[in-house]
Parts: sequence; C-alpha cells; structure tokens
Amino acid sequence: MKISLLLSEKKHEIAKTWFDLIAGTYPQDTANFLKTQKNRFGNPVGYTISEGIDVILAELSGEMDVARVSRHLDNIIRIRAIQDFTPSQAVGFIFLLKQVIRKELADEIREHQLCDELLKIESHIDQLANVSFDMYMACREKMYKLRANELRNRTSRILKMSNMFKETDVEEKDPAGF
Amino acid sequence: MADKPKPNDLLSEINYTPPSRKWMDTPVEWKKGYYCYGAKPKNLDYIGFPNGREWNVTEQDWKLVDNWKEIFLEGMENLLKKFRSFRLFMDICVRCGACADKCHFFIGTGDPKNMPVLRAELLRSIYRRYFTIAGKLGRIAGARDLTEDVFKELWYYFYQCTECRRCSVFCPYGIDTAEITMMGRELINLLGCCTDWISGPLANCYRTGNHLGLQPHTIKSNFEYMLDDLEEHTGVRVEPTFNRKGAEILFVTPSADFFAEPGVFTCMGYLLLFHQLGLDYTWSTYASEGGNFGFFTSNEMMKRLNSKIYAEAKRLGVKWILGGECGHMWRVLHQYMDTMNGPADFLEEPVSPFTGTKFENAKSTKMVHITEFTADLIRHGKLKLDPKRNDNHTVTFHDSCNTSRGMGIFEEPRYILNSVCNHFHEMPDNTIREQTFCCGSGSGLNAGEIEELRMLGGYPRANAVKYVKEKHGVNMLSCICAIDRAVLPPLIDYWVSDVGVCGVHELLGNALIMDGEKERENDLRGEPLPGMEDKGEEE
Ligand code: SF4
Ligand code: SF4
Repeated sequence: MKISLLLSEKKHEIAKTWFDLIAGTYPQDTANFLKTQKNRFGNPVGYTISEGIDVILAELSGEMDVARVSRHLDNIIRIRAIQDFTPSQAVGFIFLLKQVIRKELADEIREHQLCDELLKIESHIDQLANVSFDMYMACREKMYKLRANELRNRTSRILKMSNMFKETDVEEKDPAGF
Repeated sequence: MADKPKPNDLLSEINYTPPSRKWMDTPVEWKKGYYCYGAKPKNLDYIGFPNGREWNVTEQDWKLVDNWKEIFLEGMENLLKKFRSFRLFMDICVRCGACADKCHFFIGTGDPKNMPVLRAELLRSIYRRYFTIAGKLGRIAGARDLTEDVFKELWYYFYQCTECRRCSVFCPYGIDTAEITMMGRELINLLGCCTDWISGPLANCYRTGNHLGLQPHTIKSNFEYMLDDLEEHTGVRVEPTFNRKGAEILFVTPSADFFAEPGVFTCMGYLLLFHQLGLDYTWSTYASEGGNFGFFTSNEMMKRLNSKIYAEAKRLGVKWILGGECGHMWRVLHQYMDTMNGPADFLEEPVSPFTGTKFENAKSTKMVHITEFTADLIRHGKLKLDPKRNDNHTVTFHDSCNTSRGMGIFEEPRYILNSVCNHFHEMPDNTIREQTFCCGSGSGLNAGEIEELRMLGGYPRANAVKYVKEKHGVNMLSCICAIDRAVLPPLIDYWVSDVGVCGVHELLGNALIMDGEKERENDLRGEPLPGMEDKGEEE
C-alpha cells in the first residue's frame, strides 16, 4: 500500500476537507458563499482555491510537476496576499493539508505503517510552503511597485512633455489629481 | 514542535467570524489599503461644501462638528422627501439575498459587509430607527442608533462601493444599491468627510474645467505633442480648433485622454477620425472634462459640473454635442441630465452631417455618444478601414458599468471593433453586458492609497480576462471609459500580465485609411504594424 495511492483514492474527501478548512479562514457568510457558488466567474476565489487544491493533490500523489503546482499555488497566494491576511495566514493554508492527510488517512497509515512515506509527503508540503512565502513576497512587492508607478503613469504625457511637475511634487501637491 | 502554535489555530482564530455574531456586533476593521484619505478643507471650501477641516481618517477623533448627528438626520429626511426612490429602497428590501454575492467587492474581499444587501442595511438601520414607527423597537426591528462609530462604518463601506449597479440587475424589486450609496455619500458630504481623491478633482474641475486643473495653454501644448506624433505615424497634419465659436459640434471627452497613456492613443483616434471626415467641430478648454466627480458626491455638484458642458455649448453656439469614450459623463447624461439641466432647447436635434442619421435618442439631451456616431458611419460605408493593421491584437471588450448598465450601450462598440480588427473574442456571458464586472475603481475609488481594495474589487473582471487570454490568446482589452483606461493596466498587471488596454477609437485610428497618408508603418503607439516589424530595424 502506497500513500500516494491512498491520496488519489481519497482525493475527493481530502480536497473537500482541505477546502472547508481554507474557507473557514473567512467570515461565516463568505465561507458559505465560497463553498456553494459553483460558477467559476461568479466565485473566482472559491474556484481558484478548489482548482488549485485538486492540482496540488494530484501532483503530490503523482509526478510532482513543479511548474504546474507553482502556477496554481501562485493563483491562490495572489488572492490571499492582498486580502488582509497576515503573511502566515496568507500562506498557512498549505500546512492545513498535513493535518487533513493525517486525519483522513490515520487508520491506513497506522495499519500499513506508512510513516516514512508520510514524512516524505510532508516534506513535499513543507517545500510548497517555502515556495509560497517567496510568492507572497513577490505579490507584496508587486503591489508596492504598482502603487509607485501609478501616479506617474497617469500623468505620463505631461511629465514627458514639459517636466512641468517634478514627480514628487505631483504626489504631494495633488494626490487627488486624477 | 509542540511549543509552536499550529497554523490552523492562527488561521481560524484571527479571521473566523463565529456564526452567532450578527453584523451589528461586528466592528469595522480599518484595513490599510482599503480606505481613502480625507478631503482637505481648501478643496471643500472652493466648491462651497460645508464643514471642511484638517482631519485624518485613521485617527479616533474625526473632528466632526458638534451637531453632526442633527445635520445627518436632517439631511436624510430631506433626501427621503426629495427622492421617492430612496424611501422606496429603504422600505421594500425583503432580504432575499439575490444580490448578496453579486458585488465584485464582496467576491474579491470576502467581507460580508460588502454584500449589497448589507451595505444598504447599514443605512437602512438608521432609517428604521429614526424614520419608522417599528424602529422604536430597536434591534429587533433591524434598527440602531446613529453613533460616531456607525457613521464611520457607513463611510468605510460607502467608499467601498463603485456605484456600478451590478447588484440591481439581480434584485427582484429593482433596488439600486448604487443609489443608496449615492445618498449615503451625499450625507457624508454634509459633514465635510469627502475623500481627498474626489474633492481635489472636483475643485479643479469646477475652477478650470478638468480634473488636473490644466489651463488652456497646457491643454493646447499637450495636443501639439499628440499632433506631432500623429504626423510622424501617418504623414497627415491634423489641425483641430479650440473654443471656436460657430462650429457645428462641440466635442467633449475625459481630460485624461489629453495626458495619460493609454488614453492619449484613443484621443489620437478621435483626431484622425474627425480630420478624415472634415467634421466641423471644436474642442473646448473650458468644457475640457467629460468625467463628473459630482455624480458620486452630491446631486447638486453633479448638476453644476454637467451644466458647464451645456453652458459652453451655448457660448460657442454649436448645434449639438458629441461625447467621447467616458464613463460617468454618460451615466450623468443619460440618467440625470434631462431632469437636472435639460431639456437643452437651445441646441438642435443631432443629425450626422455625413449619413443624415437622426440620433433620436439624443432628441432632448442633444448629446451623442462617439460609438453611436462612428458605428453609424461604418454602417453607411463612410470610412475606409484596414482591419489587418490590428492583426497583432486579439481583442476582447470590457463593458464599462456606466455605459452598459447605466445607459445600455452594448452593440455599437462591438460593431466598431468587429469592423476594425479581425480577432475579437467575448469574455464569458455572466461577466459582460448587463452583468459586466466593474473595473473596481469607479465612482472616485481610483485612488492610489486603496490599491489593495481596487485589485480585489477588479479581480472578477481580471479573472475573466485571464480566461480569454488562456482560451483565445487575447492580448488586448478594449473599453470605452477613461477610468478603465487608467486602472485596468495595473489590474491586469497584477492578475493576468501581458494584456494591453486600449480605447475602441485607438483601434479605429490604427485601421482608418486617411486621405493622403503615407505608408503606415506604425500604430498610434509608435509600435510597428503587423508585417512592418523589419522596417523599423532597417532604418
Ligand atoms: S453598486 Fe456595485 S459596488 Fe455597489 S453594492 Fe452594488 S454591486 Fe457592489
Ligand atoms: S435582491 Fe433586492 S430585495 Fe433581495 S436582498 Fe438584495 S436588495 Fe433586498
């Protein structure tokens, strides 16, 4: 018996429990919405999380295509990085998976003595968490850059043309100037 | 290991709201990146708004005047008397929840108070308490006292609504939460609590005619810059006129199109089109702003700014007005102008000088939308177009809330796009037309300090763009609104990347074959046209 096999056999249960735990990091009404609205455009946050979860689980029990996992992980982190979570809350949902696996597969792990394999899977999960921190930082940095560039871009032509305002002046004198 | 807190504890403890907690008991968390700066007194003084003062949103004391509560409630009573719709919207909501998950701010931020029904309830609870008999029962009747904290909560959430009306599309009673937000903001303005981002452009627009306060000579030199570029790209020297009395048509567009990319490229499109047609028109350096920040400030301010366009039309003696790709200018014009400042009897019913088409929909306001004007020209074969020049673009179209839900313009921009480019793909049905998702920055929320809120509010829109990018290779997001042109680029940059943003008339300008033009090698951005990539390198 291999743990990866169990993971793929029980993927629906694991995915659901993990999703519910992540949804539980939002207020109750929001969690309900995330769980029930199935349209991917009407509920992009829920869809992105659930799609990401499916991919991560599939890859954990399979080949571990790093590029594919990263893409989906990034989709989720990109949302949580600006949703007013602390950094650890924003990326901590990854660790919840450990808890879910231990719970969902507890009997099998004990019965078939799969602890070694479990450790291996868990270190994969730790790896995902590491990568997630980098992604989180990249998203925050992106936000700072966007904010810094925005004002300049919005008056680009004036700045280019006549240097009428120094960039810092524009910011101070008239932050509301469109 | 055992000493460390489990991540699950952290996650669930901090952000999990227990089910028993009712919204009235949930205090506002002032999240950085979610609220704007407060208005400066000089800007409020300039437009004659009361109770301006130095104050700071993040401080406990907002320095409200002593009798703020009376002012608020009296203001509310007046609005209830003046606008029947307001009283109706306060009375008839059955809390069915159909609107609850339709707001992009709720979808993006996950904050339940951004559900339209709750947003309205924030004010409705005050209405019940002070204007209904049942409200005397207090909380059981969904009523609550107006306190400073409650006022701050109203402020926080009414500046997290873009007045986009998406929620109203799904309400069986047609309750328009956007209008409730408008009323809320009107009350906020009685207490001098406008945002800095809105009050600055308001004062500028009122004084000089546009949001940045650009004066006539600056506007003209901006145009010179564009005209030089156009000459370089097309070989044609365009010579527009400004403030010219006796022109047949006055053209008004958002001022951002004069000075900010990518708006300037849309403006270049207008300039080419009008030149090629030989249109008898003028620009105005006084009515140099389509945008109307009064629309989300107060009814009176909206009226004042809108009236400037008409005063200028009268002064110049034009026959009718043509309006560019703008959002709130059109919502104001379509929904409010006629009863506010109209009918504009001193103008003539607009007729296209080239096709003879009578724009009967503009019979009373005398103002025609540029996409109606241009679509009519194309329909009558009046323009020579080479859509291949846009072959490097795979285009989609974002329906701006104001022009789509606010006035029903759906087909004209699409008709133009399909005439000027060969590759066009729609975003999914529940994200376009009446159901379009807002850019997340409308109604004065395009302030730099609320970037997080804007990114989250715009997420449902960006998500649909990402989908068509992956499915159809879309690399250009077109729109007909200046706010969109300003805010979609950073939004796309964060969520999607590698999709440009343009106005519809920029693409028209690329495709338009001008009399006497040289062989066109560049598009309006100065980038090589498809098939011309080598030419630039050779030179
Ligand atoms: S008008 Fe738009 S932003 Fe405001 S509550 Fe409705 S959907 Fe949300
Ligand atoms: S859809 Fe209309 S009636 Fe239903 S909760 Fe929303 S505003 Fe109220």
